[in-house]
Amino acid sequence: MAPPAAHRSGSNKRAQLGLFAGYVVAGTGALIGAILLVISLVSPQTFQGLRSMATDLAAPAGQAGAVGRTQGRSFFEAIAGYYDAGSKNAELEREIAIARVRLVEAEALRQENERLKGVLNLTLGETEPVTVARLIGSTSSSTRRLAYLSAGTNDGVTNGMPVTSPMGLVGRVLEAGSNSSRVLLLTDSESMVPVRRATDDVVAFAEGRADGSLRIRLINLGINPLEEGDIFVTSGAGGLFRPGVAVAMITQTTADGGIAQLLSNPAGTDVVIVEPIWQGEVLEDIEETVENEVAD
Amino acid sequence: MEQLNPRARSDPYGQKINRDHSPVLVHGIPWVTILLGSLTPMLPIIAAGPIVPPMGLIILVAWRLLRPGLIPLWAGFPLGLFDDLFSGQPFGSGILLFSAALIVLDLLEIRFPWRNFWQNWLSASLVFLCYLGVAAVLSGAKLTMLHFAVIAPQALLSILLFPIIASIAALLDRIRLMRVRHIG
Repeated sequence: MAPPAAHRSGSNKRAQLGLFAGYVVAGTGALIGAILLVISLVSPQTFQGLRSMATDLAAPAGQAGAVGRTQGRSFFEAIAGYYDAGSKNAELEREIAIARVRLVEAEALRQENERLKGVLNLTLGETEPVTVARLIGSTSSSTRRLAYLSAGTNDGVTNGMPVTSPMGLVGRVLEAGSNSSRVLLLTDSESMVPVRRATDDVVAFAEGRADGSLRIRLINLGINPLEEGDIFVTSGAGGLFRPGVAVAMITQTTADGGIAQLLSNPAGTDVVIVEPIWQGEVLEDIEETVENEVAD
Repeated sequence: MEQLNPRARSDPYGQKINRDHSPVLVHGIPWVTILLGSLTPMLPIIAAGPIVPPMGLIILVAWRLLRPGLIPLWAGFPLGLFDDLFSGQPFGSGILLFSAALIVLDLLEIRFPWRNFWQNWLSASLVFLCYLGVAAVLSGAKLTMLHFAVIAPQALLSILLFPIIASIAALLDRIRLMRVRHIG
């Protein structure tokens, strides 16, 4: 490509000034960018309004894409289903027979559970979902792991609400716009969730790693009791996430915990549930203090 | 003359008599394609790691190298600002890095006014590598060595994608310069 004439100012004073002004403007732009960057690194929520507005505008296109993705995948799954229909059918029937038995057992357990809870005077902590929405995109080219959700404050979503899928926890709402919001995925390195082992009360923190897995850091250091295949669920400590939501499975143990894979892979999640912020313990604490004050 | 050769009074961009380039296409196509590239986070790809190349920057660099002088030097500010709205990076990192990329490419051009495609590819690759590295540092995430290992596939993909994007930009350049406007 031939060099543009604009670069050959020669002795033309006007061209020289124009060239110089171009560099000054571009340099000023970069400088403003650097200042904005420092501001947003110090307080990340500063430009929330601007970003939410932009996402709200672009969200309809993203949502159409998300619907297309779901339909496209089910279309290919339907074709793939014809290949091994016979053996799959037989396998499914066998599984259904087992599942029926399990279902009855589970029903019995549920009744027993209810009875025991009744004895203990516990109220059933069923949470009503705030809304059901789609993940319409993610920051797939940045090292931050954020996803875009197709619901916002108009649907009752506010900052901090946990986002789950039927397979487990996905993340929490970081910035809620009016029709869309940004979700901090569990795998973001800024995300930290208090978890415990599903089978017992080994408590830990699940931290996001850059490559899509989680780092489980045990709170009580000592001999590492973790084994590959251990499932971790949210512990509910500190509020925000309600206890008992599946989070991750250990795939590798390290000195102070392990590396875990997400159970609810956001890439395979079409529809997610936004849950209200869980404040069980906080509420109990407040009630206790109120009772104490009344007693005083 | 037309009876001998119907294309006698036209060139690859259309008829030359009574026609002119449309300013909307001439300036619109590069800007719109770059902005669309910045909208890739709205594609339904929910990635577990950074995989998708920074499309906004790649298209910007492709246009910049194909047609020097078409994208003004200050374009890094508006284009970076738009990219920041969707990219997930802290606000301002796109403005800073896009502006820096344009200034660096301008300085490279002063040093090497006549280039071939391989030189363009090399300079674009260097820009992408620096952009991805610095963007990871500025992302506000707690940095580990893993972060830089994770962006390696993305960097490779960006470098391999550049010739394709450059060819697409060259194709769009022919549409951009079509003589569609009637004069008189």
